[in-house]
Formats: sequence, C-alpha cells, structure tokens
Amino acid sequence: MEANSSEIFVIGLTVFFLACIIGYYVVWSVTPALHSPLMGVTNAISSVIIVGAILAAGPQGFDTSKIFGLIGVVLASVNIFGGFLVTYRMLSMFKKKTKKQKEKE
Amino acid sequence: MSANTVAILYLISALLFIFALRGLSHPESSRMGNIFGIIGMIIAIFTTLMFKSVLSYFEIGAAILIGGAIGSFIALRIEMTALPQLVAAFHSLVGLAAVFVAAAAFYDPVAFKIGEVGSIKVASLIEMSIGTFIGAITFSGSVLAFGKLQGAISGKPIVFKFQHLINGLIFLIIILLIILFVFNQSPSIFWTIVVISIFLGFLVVIPIGGADMPVVVSMLNSYSGWAACGIGFTLSNNLLIITGALVGASGAILSYIMSKGMNRSIINVVLGGFGGEQDASLAKDNSDKIVKQGNAEDAAYIMKNADSVIIVPGYGMAVAQAQHALREMGDILKKEGIEVRYAIHPVAGRMPGHMNVLLAEANVPYEEVLELDEINHDFPMTEVSFVIGANDVTNPAAKTDESSPIYGMPILDVEKSQSVLFVKRSMATGYSGVDNELFYRDNTTMLFGDAKKMCEDIVKSLST
Repeated sequence: MEANSSEIFVIGLTVFFLACIIGYYVVWSVTPALHSPLMGVTNAISSVIIVGAILAAGPQGFDTSKIFGLIGVVLASVNIFGGFLVTYRMLSMFKKKTKKQKEKE
Repeated sequence: MSANTVAILYLISALLFIFALRGLSHPESSRMGNIFGIIGMIIAIFTTLMFKSVLSYFEIGAAILIGGAIGSFIALRIEMTALPQLVAAFHSLVGLAAVFVAAAAFYDPVAFKIGEVGSIKVASLIEMSIGTFIGAITFSGSVLAFGKLQGAISGKPIVFKFQHLINGLIFLIIILLIILFVFNQSPSIFWTIVVISIFLGFLVVIPIGGADMPVVVSMLNSYSGWAACGIGFTLSNNLLIITGALVGASGAILSYIMSKGMNRSIINVVLGGFGGEQDASLAKDNSDKIVKQGNAEDAAYIMKNADSVIIVPGYGMAVAQAQHALREMGDILKKEGIEVRYAIHPVAGRMPGHMNVLLAEANVPYEEVLELDEINHDFPMTEVSFVIGANDVTNPAAKTDESSPIYGMPILDVEKSQSVLFVKRSMATGYSGVDNELFYRDNTTMLFGDAKKMCEDIVKSLST
C-alpha cells in the first residue's frame, strides 16, 4: 500500500513537470494582444477544481464534507460560466472588427 | 465506468485545455480555442458525475445552476473597462473553492480514498495543506487586489516597518502549523492555517501600488493554478495537476513579461512600496520650465497636416472610457489618408492586454494595434505621436537618467517623432512619481482635459 501511494505520487510529479513545460511553450506562443483573454481562459479552466468539489458533494445525506463540496461547486461554477463567457465576449470583439474591416474593403 | 475510462476521458479534457491555450496564438483561432476549453470542461464534469460514489445529482445540479447563473450574469453585464477587477474577483473564487475542496477532503477522506478520519496519509495531508495555504492566499490577495482596482481601497502602496520580516515570520508559523497538522490532524489547526494564510494574503498585496496591478493580477492567476495543482496531488487527479500547471505557468510567464516591461524584478514588485514617494522632490526642478499648451483645434490641425500618426493609449484612456471617441478620431484621420496606428506598451493599463481589449471593443482592427518592439523603430518616421492617458511609458528619463526610478524600463520612443501631443488631466506625474521632461520640449503640445471629451472635441474640429 505504502509503495503504491508513493508510486502514484511520482506519476503525479512526472505529469506535473511535463505539464509545466507544455504550459511554458504554449503560453509563450500566445500573442500579447490576447493576454487578457488568456487570463479569462486560464481562470475558467483552473475551475476544473470543480471535479474535487463534485466528489465531495457526491454522497447522499448531509454532512460537513458535503456542504463544503457544494459550496465548492457553486464557487467553481461561477468561475466556469463567468470565465468562459467573458472570454467569449472579449474574443468576439477581436472578430467583429475584422469582419467589418473586410466588408469595408 | 472503469478507472481507465475515467483516466482517458480526463486526458482528453486536459488535451482540450492545452488546445484552448494554443488557440490564443492568433485572434482567428482563439474562438475555436475557447470552444475547446468549454468542451474540455463539460467532459471533465460529466465524467466525474458518472462516478459510482456521486449520487446527489439534484444538489450538485442546483449548485451548478446557481453558480452558473451568477457567473453568467456578471460576465454578460460587466463593462470591459472593469475587466481587471472582474478577473481579480474570479481568482479569489478559485482560491476559495480550493480551500473548500481541501476542507471537504479533510472531513471525508474516505470519499477521496486518502485514508480515514484521524488517519489520513501523511503525503495527502501535506499536499492538502499546501493546496489550502495557496488557495487561501489567492483568495484574500485577490479580494484586496479587487478592492484596489475597483477603487474601493486606495491604490496607494501601504508600507509599514518590518513588513517583510512580519510576512516572513507568518510564513514560518504556517510551515510549523502544517507540520503540527500532519502529526495530530486536528481540525482546529487546519482552520488556523486557513485563517493565517488569508491574513498573509492581505499583507502580501497591501504594499503593492495601483499600476503594479498587472503583475499582481498575473501572479494571483499563477497562484490559483498552483492551488489547483495542490488539490490535484491530494486527490491523485492528473487532470487537476495538468490544468493547474498550465494555469500556474501561464500566470508566471505573464508576471515575468509585466515586470520586464517595467524593468523590475518580480521580487521588487512583490516587495512593493514603489511609486508616489519622490514626486515632491523631483517635480520641483521643472516648476519654472515652460509648457506649451494647446486645445482641440490645435491638435486637429497638427494631425490633419501629418502623414502618419501613432496613438499611445494608457490607463487614463480606460479611466475616461475614451476608446470609442478615440477610434472615431482615428477613423476620420484615416479617411483623410493619414496612416493611423496604435502602440501598446506591455504594462499599459491594469492587466496584461488591457488596452488591446478596449481598442478591440471600440472596433479598432487588431492589425493596427502593435506591440512595443513591433512599432518602436517607426517613431522617427512618424510625424505625430498622440499620447492619451499614458505618461511613464514614454518618459525618456528611462534611457538617460540613471538616478530615475524608472531607469532601464523599455519605453515607447515618442520623443523621436516630429511632434508629440499629450492628452492629460493635469501636469501631475505618472505612477512612478517621476516628472516627464517630454512635457517641456518645443515640439510637445499639452492638451489638458478629460481624455474622452478631448477626443470628441478633436473629432468636432476635424469634421468642420
């Protein structure tokens, strides 16, 4: 059991470092003009923490853990909907005017 | 659903998140990226709902609907100028959610397969406390950043004696508490860690001034990612670890870009207390120098007779909501056959890319909006620089005056254009508290007034 859990930790660590490196290269390729939408998207996806909140809120009945989980679900949902929607709004502004521009030409 | 199916679905979701970020490399691919992100999130949520242990669909559904309604309402109603505050507020929620998930795992370790109450695995306890600690700091730091950006709290840096020493001590206490927590697993210690971390979050952001907020907002963005990572390790959930690392890296890179844009180290920004102190001594030197003042007609005349104009927007444009009037002015100039472009300094505004979004909102084509290194060499060939609501980012002292606090900061070389128009409310110094010698040059015309009104007046003069 002990060996097993440390194995899981090492796998997690491997995933972690590889993800950091992917993040590093992907984020450097983001055009500076879109840094605000980048914050919007990262904000929305970091709310994937909702996965943990759902697990806590999952069991039937009510106990402390479940209430915490449900609060977590509410908070993360605000972010998921809010984050993606505000990013959508920002990005559609970057679209609108290119279309108009083309129509003008 | 077998563990392998779950792992594969989570992997797909993580890949979609990576594509979501990748899409932002160009405005045209960015909207597809956002859709990838949404699909990834839907997959992650539904996969988790399929777990055998997840039974309370009604409560979870209601919680998602409540949160979703609040989030959607805010996101649809918010003014684009208030974006930095909104992002700060959202970060605080991620931090708080992380704290609640950690607390839930602590109270019901069986549901997360990390042991039993009173005998949770040591590794899980450490990961849990780190997630809680970062989450709580993200929460309170973001709340304070929100207050400063919203103007509810003064944007001035608040400094007091032994500030860093106190922060350091608190950090040490938290580490000791975490060690204690790992040994006795007491709920009271868990909540003490939460409370002290929240306190530390406030202390960390309090000395940082308003214009350094781009760095703070990016840093908190990064923290919210690391908090998700901490929770990911606690739950042994690779999706959370990957996403947390992506967000953490993203925020860290943005902080780096922002502090480089000010030629300051991240440490220097974080320690805070920058700006505002020197204005009295430095501003005096120039008190008897002559400033050439103009009005909207003068500005209209100068620009009408130019071939090329570069517009340099800053935070003042956002405050005055002048972007639409400014775009109108640009449109008229373009109709006259004048080349109009926009130059964006990396730290213009209160969050990374702030100016770009506002100009996009006003329908300025993004091809006309250029970054510092794309446009800086064009200033010598430009007749008029129109600086609106920016100051420090144009100050030549950053290149010439080694004693200046902004020395070494990359600036937009507006001084090299044939003439410079400055739209400002007053002669006040910029955020750094440094006087701008450009104001006193012969080829500079100061246009005092509200940025929006000034643009509207220039539009009127141009159209007559």
